[in-house]
Amino acid sequence: MTPIAPSSDVEIRFEGVSKWFGGKVGGAGAFRAVDGLSLDIVQGEMVALLGKTGCGKSTTFNLIAGLLEPSAGTVRVQGLDPFRNFNDLRGKIAVVFQNDRLLPWRTAIGNVELGLEMLDRPAAERRDVAQSWLSRLGLAGHEHDYPHALSGGMRQRVSIARAFATDASILLCDEPFSSLDEITGQRLREEFASLVRENRKTAVFITHSINEALQIGHRVIVMTRPARVAYDVRLGADGKAGDGIAIRARIQEVLAA
Amino acid sequence: MARPQTRASLLRASMRTAEIVAPFLLLALLWQIASLYFPRYLFPSLADVFTHTIAIFANWSQFAEVLATVGRILAGLVGAFLIGAMIATAMMRFRAVDRFLAPILNFFQGIPALSWVVFAIIWFHGTEPRIFFIMTLTSLPAFTFQVLDALRGMSNELVEMVMSLRPTRAKMLRAMILPAILPDILTAWKVNLGNASRVVVVAELVGATGGVGYELLQQQQIFDMAGALAWTLQLVFFVLITQRIIAFIEARAFRYRAVSERSL
Repeated sequence: MTPIAPSSDVEIRFEGVSKWFGGKVGGAGAFRAVDGLSLDIVQGEMVALLGKTGCGKSTTFNLIAGLLEPSAGTVRVQGLDPFRNFNDLRGKIAVVFQNDRLLPWRTAIGNVELGLEMLDRPAAERRDVAQSWLSRLGLAGHEHDYPHALSGGMRQRVSIARAFATDASILLCDEPFSSLDEITGQRLREEFASLVRENRKTAVFITHSINEALQIGHRVIVMTRPARVAYDVRLGADGKAGDGIAIRARIQEVLAA
Repeated sequence: MARPQTRASLLRASMRTAEIVAPFLLLALLWQIASLYFPRYLFPSLADVFTHTIAIFANWSQFAEVLATVGRILAGLVGAFLIGAMIATAMMRFRAVDRFLAPILNFFQGIPALSWVVFAIIWFHGTEPRIFFIMTLTSLPAFTFQVLDALRGMSNELVEMVMSLRPTRAKMLRAMILPAILPDILTAWKVNLGNASRVVVVAELVGATGGVGYELLQQQQIFDMAGALAWTLQLVFFVLITQRIIAFIEARAFRYRAVSERSL
């Protein structure tokens, strides 16, 4: 296990973060999804957050995205509170969700342009950027198709294009390939990982699959329920762990605990 | 010579038209038969009704009465929609407003249109404020609840996705809220348009000195059934034309919807 990098490069920082739902913190009936989570994610890292279903991965994801406010502790993204400084992080965080979440009333290119519209980019630039990302993801010729006319894999490609089009430095991905068949999921996963590396993004990839975590992450963080770091391991730069079998065995052990 | 595919689609279009027209033809036939056996003041001939209808179109002062009624319907609906949309937005955003206003709106829904007519006559001077008040108050609860339901029915997942892009309020409205609620809003307009065209007649019948409702009262006083039908048809035409306009907007705006080849 490699030590955490110096704080000057830190893109995302959790310091003693807890998140409660359904009532007063610590009160009767309240549910704790995240419990004193502390972690640093540095620039350019591809981090896989791995954990069993219901362990608070998605809550952690929403805390980074600024869609939830922590009940305790602090979350910082590029030094800013993503919840309170919500608008200041516009264009800096892009999200790929578990399902494609395409707006049904927009065509494929219209969906990709959405993030750029939020950034007030001129119409011609939006169109060029969206067109270029759709082409890179193998969707040339489908720009004017509505989501209902696209397959599940194609729709997820559009949502990846939407995330990359804004050129955000941080990519958050919440099990984006889990709803696809194995072959499509595998192919998209490889394309996605190479796009992240090529574009030097910081990526946080939530998954419940050990294989996916080991394949996509430079670093794998295993979380227990409620969300806290149980195991944090860096893999080789090429995505292959030095001792893959030992790491896999350790992850399985932590998840089973 | 037309290709088989074109011929088949022409045949389908003709069948659809026939299906729409046939019930009206039957109704007209029954009416015409009745006109042969009953006095004119009960069942005037179709030719008589047609002549009256054309006369209203051809005479500007009479057609202006139709336009006045149409204007009142539209003003009342626009007023009710704008106020209703604002109230619905406040109810959606603030739970306290929702808890406070929902029972009041439910109470308003129970008040008959005719009661609003009486209140308007007592409270207001002048025809236009009275009718605007009646039209607005009778459509307001329905518009408010319909817009509120549309807002509540928006997909949380899509809202969250758009929120993750950190939009301004205006962009959230344009990119997400308006397209998401448009289908429900158009349905609300279709429903309320029919209701409003009925209420406006009652309002004009009692509280106005012009418009289709007032003209109907005149026809009733001289027992002119052909005239009464001709004035009624003006409103029916208006509703049908407006419904077609809304259907046209729907066809254009909702092209994105998947069409299943197997219907329910």
